[in-house]
Amino acid sequence: MTQPVLFYFFSLVAVVSALLVVTARNPISSALALVVCFFGLAADYVLLDAHFVAVIQVLVYAGAIMVLFIFVIMLLNLREPGGPILDLSRRALLGVAAAGLLGVGLIVGLEHVTGGTMPQVPGDFGTIAQVGAAIFQPDSRWLLPFEVVSVLLTVAVIGAVVLAKREI
Amino acid sequence: METVGLFPVLAVSAALFAIGVAGVLTRRNALIVFMSVELMLNAVNLSFVAFARENLAVDGHVFTVFVMAVAAAEAAVGLALVILLFRNRVTVDLDDLDLLKG
Repeated sequence: MTQPVLFYFFSLVAVVSALLVVTARNPISSALALVVCFFGLAADYVLLDAHFVAVIQVLVYAGAIMVLFIFVIMLLNLREPGGPILDLSRRALLGVAAAGLLGVGLIVGLEHVTGGTMPQVPGDFGTIAQVGAAIFQPDSRWLLPFEVVSVLLTVAVIGAVVLAKREI
Repeated sequence: METVGLFPVLAVSAALFAIGVAGVLTRRNALIVFMSVELMLNAVNLSFVAFARENLAVDGHVFTVFVMAVAAAEAAVGLALVILLFRNRVTVDLDDLDLLKG
């Protein structure tokens, strides 16, 4: 009984803070609203029995990535732009209309999704042990992608250093 | 224990994705555009987790971890680009970057 209520509550938190991310004028407010949104999503992951993903969401997204964002925002020390809060330019109206159309289309397209509740989970579903076994067991499909991701992260770190350094 | 259905989760995911699209299309600050992209990636992650829960297949969780790794790589390179941009043009306003416009 309590689980759907909790899910709706945390989803509401996530959606409202996502709206704040897009509408805030100051990038710092945007970043802090995004952190709230990530925490709401992490709670949703817990309610969907994805415990490992929830922990990674808080550690990697709300922790590492957002610290990087806030660090760069403070490094650049941007001034708040002037102008009206409610931007009624043609592009803003068109953008909101296009995004609204996309959202409504996506939700309407979901009407064929089967209703009812989800099946009962086995006790160890979504734990670190099970996700780790899914990646690393000998006949796993995800072993090569996992190693490729580590190469991708190395390339990204080297690329970031090369881009941001003045003289190599 | 009673659980939430698949439809509400996917509806929340669609809403978050649409908000991210609105941010990318309407904002001019490069940093906020980046954050909107992260929002869209998170919306996709939520649908991955929802379908993993529905089908009791843990592969959705594995793929979510991959998406997060790609998002981290994207954030590192993207923010380095923003810093480089700010150093050369002293702006992060995407409207000021029209060098490729004919």
